[in-house]
Amino acid sequence: MSNALERLALPRYPRPEDVHPPLDFPDYRSTALRHPKEPLIGVPQTLSEITGPLLGHGRVGELDHDLTRQHPEEPQGQRIIVYGKVLESGGRPVPDTLVEIWQANAGGRYRHDGDQHPSPLDPNYTGLGRCLTDREGNYKFITIQPGAYPWGNHPNAWRPAHIHFSLFGRAFTQRLVTQMYFPGDPLFPFDPIFNSVRDPKARERMISRFDLDTTVPDWALAYNWDIVLRGPDETPPDVD
Amino acid sequence: MAALGQTPSQTVGPFFAIALPWGDGPDVVSHDTPGAFWVRGTVYDGDGVPVPDALVETWQADPAGRFDHPDDPRGAVAGFRGFGRSPADSEGRYAIRTVKPGPVPYVDGRPQAPHLVVSVLSRGLLDRVTTRIYFADEEEANAVDPVLAAVPAERRGTLLARRTAEGYHLDIHLQGPDETVFFAV
Repeated sequence: MSNALERLALPRYPRPEDVHPPLDFPDYRSTALRHPKEPLIGVPQTLSEITGPLLGHGRVGELDHDLTRQHPEEPQGQRIIVYGKVLESGGRPVPDTLVEIWQANAGGRYRHDGDQHPSPLDPNYTGLGRCLTDREGNYKFITIQPGAYPWGNHPNAWRPAHIHFSLFGRAFTQRLVTQMYFPGDPLFPFDPIFNSVRDPKARERMISRFDLDTTVPDWALAYNWDIVLRGPDETPPDVD
Repeated sequence: MAALGQTPSQTVGPFFAIALPWGDGPDVVSHDTPGAFWVRGTVYDGDGVPVPDALVETWQADPAGRFDHPDDPRGAVAGFRGFGRSPADSEGRYAIRTVKPGPVPYVDGRPQAPHLVVSVLSRGLLDRVTTRIYFADEEEANAVDPVLAAVPAERRGTLLARRTAEGYHLDIHLQGPDETVFFAV
């Protein structure tokens, strides 16, 4: 064994308290048979966990970030710009990282065989987007405002409008799949998935901010949403 | 500087298949890679019913135990993707085409047994769960692996993929009497 390997000085990505939802959350019925009942086993983060796939180049097409231009004509609905930064909890941007999104169309219907909501599909909308963050961690999508839609969790259950986001960061420990919501949605108090995040402050971090300054006159509303991934526990840079 | 509040996880939901599957998703290595094999299995819920809307992702070192990543202190090796992504099919089955990884050091420098780190996501999982896939035919390495040692002996089998004609097989049980060991990563 070489000296270099005798004691590896690796970054650690501490798991945050009170951020992520519990796996056992009865209000969301599908958790009942799908959450582990045995305690999770704690192990140190090794090189396998503090590295991760650095994917994206070659996986993102020219129009993948613009969900309104993936078909011969434009989709129905309110055109929106969704943009922000991917950051680590220490404040450092995550550059060149793959961001994948998917969403329902303006009527709240997904282009998926399993979606039985009696609302029409839009032949000009798929609802799939991809982009890479730039050097400062910025991402940007052009899409349409997704509709709310009914689901079978409880009587008269409706999901608030949302866009699904999938992120890799740069380490296995940073992998995150989440949903972005829109400000002021009247369905928030009734949605068990939104409310599965128990800390109200953490819940608010899933809600985008309407941004009039970035809204493009006569064309599209803008929403701003930063995504904060788990960061390494090194001393953050002193910015003062 | 105060740490920024982190973004919470939400379920991947039932409709991720419009976005997350890639044509080459299951291919950690290409089909013509010498020694390539399939790791296959089924994802089950607590009633033993297959989970058709699960997504299994894997991450691993190359056959020399190295990562194509700048934080590998031994120096990054370019060109090994290391990542596999397989949506479960209608019967809950996943499949990853890969090669066996080499030894990766534990935090104290001891080699770990060959393993893949795994994320499982699905409708009904509000956050991903993470586990590992080890290889049952690596008996000597498994016997001294420090992560396996942290797992109660009677549950270690849930992490050991068994040899098959075309590779290895390991089912994932989200819940139930054969519940897979999941780690707090």
